[in-house]
Amino acid sequence: MTIMTEAAYLADDSIRQEDAHDHEHHDTGDTTVFGFWIYLMTDCILFASVFATYAVLFMNTAGGVSGRDIFELDYVAIETAALLFSSITYGFAMISAHKQNKSATLAWLMVTFALGAVFIGMEVNEFHHLVVEGNGPSRSAFLSSFFTLVGMHGMHVTAGLIWMVVMMIEVVKRGLGSKTVTRLSCLSLFWHFLDIVWICVFTVVYLLGVM
Amino acid sequence: MLVRSLKNAVLAAAVFALAGCQGGVLDPKGQVGLDEKNLIIISTVLMLLVVIPVIVMTLYFAWKYRESRDHEIYAPKWAHSTKIEAIVWLVPVAIILVLGVITWRSTQALDPYKPLAHKEKHLTVEVVSLNWKWLFIYPEQGVASVNELVIPADVPVKFKITSESTMNSFFIPQLGSQIYSMAGMETTLHLIANEPGTYDGYSANYSGAGFTGMKFKTVATDKAGFQHWIDSVKQDDDKLDSATYAELAKPSENHPVEHFGSVSGSLFHDIMYKYMKNYNDWNKNSPKAESEHSISENSAADHDAADAERS
Amino acid sequence: MSLLGKLSLDAIPYHEPIIMGTLAVVGIAGIAIAIAITRHKQWGVLWNDWITSVDHKRLGVMYILLALIMLVRGFSDAIMMRTQLALATNGAEGYLPPEHYDQIFTAHGVIMIIFMAMPFMIGLMNIALPLQIGARDVAFPFMNNLSFWLTAGGAVLINLSLGLGEFAKTGWLAYPPLSEQSFSPGVGVDYYIWALQISGVGTLLTGVNFLVTVFKMRAPGMKLMDMPIFTWACTWANVLIVASFPILTAVLGLLALDRYFDFHFFTNAAGGNAMMYINLFWAWGHPEVYILVLPAFGVFSEVISTFTGKRLFGYKSTVLASGAISILGFIVWLHHFFTMGSSANVNAFFGVMTMIIAVPTGVKLFSWLFTMYRGRLRITVPVLWTLGFMVTFTIGGMTGVLLAVPGADYVLHNSLFLIAHFHNTIIGGAVFGYMAGFAYWFPKAMGFHLNERIGKASFWCWLIGFYVAFMPLYVLGFLGMTRRLNHTNNPDWNIWLYLACIGAFIILVGIVLQFVQLYLAFRDREKNRDLTGDPWNGHTLEWSTASPPQFYNFAKVPQVRDLDAFTDMKEQGTAYKKPDSYAPIHMPKNTASGVLMAGAATLFGFAAIWHITWLAVVGLVGTVVFLLLRAYDNDVDYYVQPDEVERIESLHLNQVKEATA
Repeated sequence: MTIMTEAAYLADDSIRQEDAHDHEHHDTGDTTVFGFWIYLMTDCILFASVFATYAVLFMNTAGGVSGRDIFELDYVAIETAALLFSSITYGFAMISAHKQNKSATLAWLMVTFALGAVFIGMEVNEFHHLVVEGNGPSRSAFLSSFFTLVGMHGMHVTAGLIWMVVMMIEVVKRGLGSKTVTRLSCLSLFWHFLDIVWICVFTVVYLLGVM
Repeated sequence: MLVRSLKNAVLAAAVFALAGCQGGVLDPKGQVGLDEKNLIIISTVLMLLVVIPVIVMTLYFAWKYRESRDHEIYAPKWAHSTKIEAIVWLVPVAIILVLGVITWRSTQALDPYKPLAHKEKHLTVEVVSLNWKWLFIYPEQGVASVNELVIPADVPVKFKITSESTMNSFFIPQLGSQIYSMAGMETTLHLIANEPGTYDGYSANYSGAGFTGMKFKTVATDKAGFQHWIDSVKQDDDKLDSATYAELAKPSENHPVEHFGSVSGSLFHDIMYKYMKNYNDWNKNSPKAESEHSISENSAADHDAADAERS
Repeated sequence: MSLLGKLSLDAIPYHEPIIMGTLAVVGIAGIAIAIAITRHKQWGVLWNDWITSVDHKRLGVMYILLALIMLVRGFSDAIMMRTQLALATNGAEGYLPPEHYDQIFTAHGVIMIIFMAMPFMIGLMNIALPLQIGARDVAFPFMNNLSFWLTAGGAVLINLSLGLGEFAKTGWLAYPPLSEQSFSPGVGVDYYIWALQISGVGTLLTGVNFLVTVFKMRAPGMKLMDMPIFTWACTWANVLIVASFPILTAVLGLLALDRYFDFHFFTNAAGGNAMMYINLFWAWGHPEVYILVLPAFGVFSEVISTFTGKRLFGYKSTVLASGAISILGFIVWLHHFFTMGSSANVNAFFGVMTMIIAVPTGVKLFSWLFTMYRGRLRITVPVLWTLGFMVTFTIGGMTGVLLAVPGADYVLHNSLFLIAHFHNTIIGGAVFGYMAGFAYWFPKAMGFHLNERIGKASFWCWLIGFYVAFMPLYVLGFLGMTRRLNHTNNPDWNIWLYLACIGAFIILVGIVLQFVQLYLAFRDREKNRDLTGDPWNGHTLEWSTASPPQFYNFAKVPQVRDLDAFTDMKEQGTAYKKPDSYAPIHMPKNTASGVLMAGAATLFGFAAIWHITWLAVVGLVGTVVFLLLRAYDNDVDYYVQPDEVERIESLHLNQVKEATA
């Protein structure tokens, strides 16, 4: 599923190219961003479905660990901070892009990438520990839904990081043309969206989980 | 051949319409089924109040305003009439309102979980769907049977239903409601046979290769007959305990009727608990609350899913 | 694990004569088509003008072609089931053992819903919607091509299962725990998952694409409440696609995790909960039926309005009614499992909600009725389908409301009454609508007329066949016959089973006649050209273009002043008027990226089904690489120069003049 989700993004990513159809005086960048926004809404529903599943299954620990046993809030708080901060730095990247400041844009993108990478690294580490201790996703319905919900968000962030690398190369090679800025705007929407989803994950899974 | 079968069909249709059918849900032999048959008839008649005029108007308008009848009034730009629109919204609303009230009340009345009002105390039968056969345990009598259900007529029966493996649906059309059997869950169904007779029972929910053979006869007899049957089953030396149950649970198709003269008392609970123990809140509660609890577990999940979906 | 995963030569069902026979026929037909294409030197045309085309009209034609092929496949399954049940009475076993039969009814459901009805509906939408709103193409033409090929990729996978391995033996809902690894260890359910998943992504992208098209690409002057009714119906359907298909993606993903990586979402063991699957599945599944039927409603509105030569009665009511159906469609899913043991209040709530849907549906029926009122109805093929629908669907709606009464559903659920009901609405509603739309827009899409006489004969076979095939199923439901039985042993049921089988064969004649009609139309196409582009005296903008429309649709984007925009132009005398000058037209170039990306994704699906890890990686990397190649390809568009436009338009306008003179 995560694979398909990613494929769906990537497919969507390509619509940025589809401005070919210049409808009289249409602002094509605007159309692309609007399309991407609708796409994000579908993604929102995808997350909602998995959230619902988590809500139904999180008590079914099959005699194994529950959230209280495995969540370390301090650790997750650092993770969260990294991701939230990356949203701010992406904002600076967009401001620079609109100012046509290529080097500043690249610098902010790199900072964003680094923060995103920290987030993913910490998440992978958390998963690794759980699996090593025998609390992998096959252990119980709770762990299945935990790994899937958090992991799906992680896959999205990873896809976003790959996309960011592609965009950095694009900015280096092509500068900040209108097409590139439109693409950066789409990635921006995507990145902020993942932030919002994470806030929900943090609240529903971790905060409520240790309570 | 074709003509003959068509003729048969028309004849059969006429017979069907006039005399009512034999077997099936329009020939109920229990109070629940009887109520449900009446509900079907009332709802259908109510809906025909709109359905028949629509069909007649469709054919009539198509005939009356066809192109060749060019003497009829032709109003190409006429596209709105507040009066007509009010009627076409309000008439269906009125009918649905009536039907809605009927639905609400009948759903409460026919709730499968609700015990039937009756002077007799109900008989409890525990039902387990296995691949691909039905196991009926009589906890009060301490016997069990496979693919044969014998109940006293005119005594309400409470079925406690679960599944060993896949999902099935416990259904005796002539007695009324069906309900799913699910592993790790207990569902409940209250039925009654008003008169003695033999009624077909099925699994109504497809469950794999041997599904078609997953049927049983329901024999409703008088009380003496029921007691006689219990006594005769008790003569059987076979005992249903965890070992023989494991053997029985292996997939088999078109399983013959089989009787067990004695049953380990906690078998039904064990079958359910095997899966149910994985639900955390089950662990937190005392096992005493088992049956009530399983119901709330069942519907709690429903509600959660429903809420989450709506949000 | 070997290099080929679970795949080996044993996966080919040599011992099944029916399957091997089918494969032989398909193989021979494929070779014959290939030879014909080679002999007529059409490979280039096929690749350049069709496979790589981003033109919504051509994609629409390809969607419908796919739907027709899948109709044949799905209907073969239907005929086999009906003959099996007609033969396997009185305790006889028939000729299809459960092993085979269970795959057939699963495949029949999946194919008819996902690979026949959906492509048919999306095909009609592709052909008509952009033209109706005066657009030159959809918002994202490349993505449109990609969507088609993803759908086709899913269809390829499901058909592959016929000759390689097996298909799911779970029923088209694939309810766990039956669909879990422990009860279905074969590759059947994996075929199911990936065929639906890949085509589902295609459908999702279509929904996004057409929503953006409708909101951003309307001709100047056309407000939302000026959009043709078919466009509105499709828009609601697209809202439903966007809101519901992600749920399908999620639920299939979770099932895949269970099956591939031993997760426990829906298993019996370790705390899984199969009811969650059933809830999520229907949270998609119920909106899905409205996705199928709303555009069909839109077709009927267009057809009735056009062929009575009248404005549609109650346009606003109709649009609102569709909207109400769409929203209500999301809060009724529980009616698919009243028998799961929810409390009486929950069941009653969902029952009443379901009934409320009958109100807006009734409003739509009255809208068609009062559009006929004081009109001049021409009884053409599309009109026959519409009238047939109005009568048939009313009955299906009634039985639907009956099933929505929980007390009635407790005895009718999972019986043949249910089967009769949903075929009554899906055939009598959606399929009749697609057939009407097919006959209605065929001259527009292809440039020549269908054969009216054969078309009418086909309609009558379908209609009569439908009643003979499905009314007995209602009776069988009342007689207590449950669905998916492989054989029966109840003398009271026999006559109805025989009748249903006869009905299926009458429908078969109807389908054959559809193909005869297509063949005759194609053979006599020179005689039956549609020269004006407006064969029915239509109301909406698609009829203002040539048939088939110029590749750029509109030389000059029309200015819209009225709901029936083209009628308005004809009345004002502005139709067919040559503008003073033409501007260059910006158009997208055809591209192979869509078919390559979807091909790689399908390869990934195939590899996943057979657990061939390396090939899955190849497929996935391939998808991404083709995508990036596309994203950094600068050669994606061009301009049509005014003199070229001038030449094409003059030709068309002269043709119109000659034809109307």
